[in-house]
Amino acid sequence: MSKDASPVVSAKKLSLTFETNDGPVHALSEIDLDIAKGEFVSFIGPSGCGKTTFLRVIADLEKPTGGEITVGGVSPEEARLARAYGFVFQAASLYPWRSIEKNIALPLEIMGFSKSEIQERTRRVLELVDLDEFGKKFPWQLSGGMQQRASIARALAFDADLLLMDEPFGALDEIVRDHLNEQLLKLWDRTNKTICFVTHSIPEAVYLSTKIVVMSPRPGRVIDVIESTLPKDRSLDIRESPKFLELAHRVRDGLRAGHSYDE
Amino acid sequence: MNKLLEGKIAPVVVVVSVLIAIWYCFTVYLNTPWQLDRYEKAGTDWTYSQLITDTMKQDRPVLPAVHQVVVEIWQTTVNKNITSKRSLIYHGWITLSATLLGFLFGTILGITLAVLIVHNKALDKSLMPWIITSQTIPILAIAPMVIVVLNAIGVSGLLPKALISTYLSFFPIAVGMVKGLRSPDQQQLDLMHTYNASAAQTFWKLRWPNSVPFLFTSMKVAVAISLVGAIVGELPTGAIAGLGARLLAGSYYGQTIQIWSALISAAVLAAVLVMLVGVANNVVLKRMGMSQ
Repeated sequence: MSKDASPVVSAKKLSLTFETNDGPVHALSEIDLDIAKGEFVSFIGPSGCGKTTFLRVIADLEKPTGGEITVGGVSPEEARLARAYGFVFQAASLYPWRSIEKNIALPLEIMGFSKSEIQERTRRVLELVDLDEFGKKFPWQLSGGMQQRASIARALAFDADLLLMDEPFGALDEIVRDHLNEQLLKLWDRTNKTICFVTHSIPEAVYLSTKIVVMSPRPGRVIDVIESTLPKDRSLDIRESPKFLELAHRVRDGLRAGHSYDE
Repeated sequence: MNKLLEGKIAPVVVVVSVLIAIWYCFTVYLNTPWQLDRYEKAGTDWTYSQLITDTMKQDRPVLPAVHQVVVEIWQTTVNKNITSKRSLIYHGWITLSATLLGFLFGTILGITLAVLIVHNKALDKSLMPWIITSQTIPILAIAPMVIVVLNAIGVSGLLPKALISTYLSFFPIAVGMVKGLRSPDQQQLDLMHTYNASAAQTFWKLRWPNSVPFLFTSMKVAVAISLVGAIVGELPTGAIAGLGARLLAGSYYGQTIQIWSALISAAVLAAVLVMLVGVANNVVLKRMGMSQ
């Protein structure tokens, strides 16, 4: 893997155009962005701004049509083949016929880990997301928030340095979401992973991130990249601090500026 | 508990009673002309109550009464040695063995076709139309040819009938399993893609378990039409053995009671088979953790 100084994700003039029956859709247009190791980067913007598409390009689930992108110094495809990242989708996507434990073991089985190694890793990540007592339960026996925690554990199980999260808490209510945000920050602090996090919630983006990427639609592009001034160790209370509100204000301004192109 | 039982049993009892009542009405109505003819020829006087009892006692009624069929079934099952050629259990087993073998072949064939179709675009385009066409040809037209052709090359007995069952039963399995194997949503497939899972891993860890409920639903349909296939397969063989043979022999000799008892045995057999698949479905889904 690359040295600490080189970016984990580096995009240069990255573009992606979908050819549809209604003509081309410019999902991403000339994106320049570097993400350094250990950063927590949020992508925020209205729907259609390409934030999810960008995440999917990093994950090699979409192929860019222009520009360059490297993940860990290599192409997204090579990064995927090397299993360099864990992906957390909007829905937990746990397999109903597998217990939580077995769901977390799924990527490990596919990657050919030994039985004892699978057990050891499953136990460790279950502890990491506070689900140690729920390994034997089936997904339907868990609440939505717990299911999403299990899916995060699944993404952490094979020790990828990069965690890609596509609106993982979007379908959860605010109380659960606050709780999970807090847990996610702790987890990030403990594991020192690089996290790319797609959201459409301004408070969530500001609370979690060291860097906030504000995007706008048609064509999908980056409006503003905000380096957070908040300390790394933060509690939920920080959301009432002036610094936090200032950042949130700047994000909102960016989103508004992005929209004015349309109207 | 009592209330539960009432809630479950009462409606069934009501429906069955109504059906039996309607059946008896038709028995009287349909058998009356022959009975009147008989009275006239014999020159006997008759009353309405006598007419009604007599219509339920004929040897070869147009429509036998329920109790006549029940007695016939009782006598040809409980009161007959299983090895007897007149035992319904003997004939039932012959049909059942062909049904089960055909169902097994059909399930394997259906699953195989579905796997090929899901994994190969060319086969998807080329196989599916043939599979659908195969079911538009009346089975009654194909069955004798299959029996005759196979007989010519020395295959007779169980196998030809089983193959006709297979011909009918593979279809719902193939269609259901194509749907089932394609049922994982894009996100689940993307997840496998991010793990760099092979096609075989995606199949065994995602597509196959995801399609199990679809498999059982198709199997319920398939097992019932397997039985139909086996019975149809028995018709052109000259009515030697099996429920189909009983139906045919019954119609040769105007033995309506025998026809109806074979018919009802076949229906009960089909219901039991479908129920057994249902039980297997519940057991498997429970073991997989998918039933809540």
